[in-house]
Amino acid sequence: MTSTLQPTSPPTPSPEIAKSLRGRSLPTWAPKAIGALSVALALVGVFGPVGFWLVFVAWLVAAIVPLWSMFVEGRRKATDRFVTLLVTTAFVIALFPLGSILTTVVTRGAPVLSSDFFTYSMRNVLGEGGGIYHALMGTLLITAAAAAISVPIGLFTAIYLIEYGEGKRLARWIRFLVDVMTGIPSIVAGLFAYALFVIFFGPGVRMGVGGAVALSVLMIPVVVRSCEEMLKLVPNELREASYALGVPKWRTIVKVVLPTALAGIVTGVTLAVARVIGETAPLLIIAGLTDSVNFNLFDGRMATLPVFTYFSIITPGVPPGPSIERAWGAALVLLIIVMLLNFAARLVSYFFSPKGER
Amino acid sequence: MTSIQSTARKRSTPTRPGDRIFRGTSIAAALTILATLAGVALFLTIEGIPGVLASPDEVKHGTTFIDYVVPLVFGTLLAAVLALALAIPVAIGVALYISHYAPRRLASTLGYIIDLLAAVPSVVYGVWGISFLATALVPVYSWLERTLGFIPLFAGPPSATGRTILTASIVLAVMVLPVITALCREIFLQTPRLHEEAALALGATRWEMARLAIFPYARSGIISASMLGLGRALGETMAVAMVLSASGVITFNLISSTNPSTIAANIALTFNEATGLTVNALIASGLVLFLITFLVNFAARAIVERRKDFSGAN
Repeated sequence: MTSTLQPTSPPTPSPEIAKSLRGRSLPTWAPKAIGALSVALALVGVFGPVGFWLVFVAWLVAAIVPLWSMFVEGRRKATDRFVTLLVTTAFVIALFPLGSILTTVVTRGAPVLSSDFFTYSMRNVLGEGGGIYHALMGTLLITAAAAAISVPIGLFTAIYLIEYGEGKRLARWIRFLVDVMTGIPSIVAGLFAYALFVIFFGPGVRMGVGGAVALSVLMIPVVVRSCEEMLKLVPNELREASYALGVPKWRTIVKVVLPTALAGIVTGVTLAVARVIGETAPLLIIAGLTDSVNFNLFDGRMATLPVFTYFSIITPGVPPGPSIERAWGAALVLLIIVMLLNFAARLVSYFFSPKGER
Repeated sequence: MTSIQSTARKRSTPTRPGDRIFRGTSIAAALTILATLAGVALFLTIEGIPGVLASPDEVKHGTTFIDYVVPLVFGTLLAAVLALALAIPVAIGVALYISHYAPRRLASTLGYIIDLLAAVPSVVYGVWGISFLATALVPVYSWLERTLGFIPLFAGPPSATGRTILTASIVLAVMVLPVITALCREIFLQTPRLHEEAALALGATRWEMARLAIFPYARSGIISASMLGLGRALGETMAVAMVLSASGVITFNLISSTNPSTIAANIALTFNEATGLTVNALIASGLVLFLITFLVNFAARAIVERRKDFSGAN
């Protein structure tokens, strides 16, 4: 009875048992090596002279990993590796259209760009020559007008939702309606603008400002959503500190809340502009197309870049070559504008957002 | 209690003119949205009703409105559903890759690259679809007809230009892919850490962890993301208008040169030449499109709302 229990060291399993517990597995270099080989093959298939079929060969090479794993590691591990392959494949598939669009538009659009292309309109141009000056000006004017309509409405609605509407039924309804508005198809927005302007100006109306109204219908919900998110992020302590100093609510909003959220709001507005600047359908209906420069939003047809691109490629005329070239050039310019806006939005949010949120 | 509260409220609301103006402005802005939506429904109805009631010999298409709009609705639904069938598996895969498989440091950059797809204007998609994708798909379609021709979907004869409803659906799929991916990615990232770690601790592989922890949590989110994508695909105009060579028939043959048109593409293609009551009929078809997309979006929101408490989709 005097003997005490000896502290036992944990039993060391025999090598066989340890092996059965850990299970056999592929050497760690195998998936990486096969993956690298497959990527190399795929790159040669896409950019090289051999042909696109090499991409499928590359995929089959990658599929060796789960197959091998099936024999070495068993069914469950093999399934896991197979799904990893599938998921990666999905990502690569998604990259193909993006790469294809960018390369086609750049390679076919870049040769068209010249100083003439930016400074000439299509007035009295048949066949070669001409440019997108009128369409570029139209796009800038209509988008600016759309922003001038939607930013105040969107921003004030967001202010209402966050600062005044807390828990009210109207606020719940507005939130719901903003969601509904997000889903309005762009062509319906164009029809709305047309139906609205027909009542005042009669059938067949075409006006730049109508395009601005149609774009606003698409832009307002985007602005409201992003501004709302940004105002939500402003800490309540800031508001309360301001109230405690006796500052009225509206001055608190103007001097404390909005400056704090400014970077986010600018980002949101820029992204919203980027979204509507490429819209074609509503402008096709209400702004139409013209060959001349038109600076007056309230007077007749106005050319815009997307609509110009569309008609240049759909009805190229005789001979079709120059018109189709101009379409690619306009598409490239449009793409560059949209990408620049997106990039600018990222920069603003990166450099000017409050330091804690990076 | 009530009396104290009411006196407190009386004292705490000094009426400054600045406050009243600011509050009024923001309420007015909110009401503008209400008015705009009411306006969309109202003006489309006012301008659309004459088109619905027009007799066949008063309009260019020469049929009653129902006969006119049914093939278009069919084409709209067919193109959108096909696009979703193509896009959803890829989108879920991409979202899962970005949220759980990609190297941590690269993940946000990869997400940004996919978001770039959403930034490409639809007319650029159209130009790309008509001059690159359609021609690239011609040999694929003739191969489909040769090997799978016994399935009615691929009965052919294959289109020589490649401008078929399948091409249009592929373009639509590319366009809705970033929308669905972005939403799914957010939802996958919201899966509770503990659920994932519990699954892994029980010996699950990464895929089993996804099946046990991520998908059950994200199911309603995936559904609503898909429906929002569907809403986008239904309303997309230009890509379809440019890519599709439409003849307004009802057919499930995906690769032939006679294809059903969609509502939005039909409006874009015929609006500029239309006059008189034909315009009204087109506006009425736009109203039909608006109602369809409204119902789809509404259903998506309802799913999110109903399952809000049990999932990450909110």
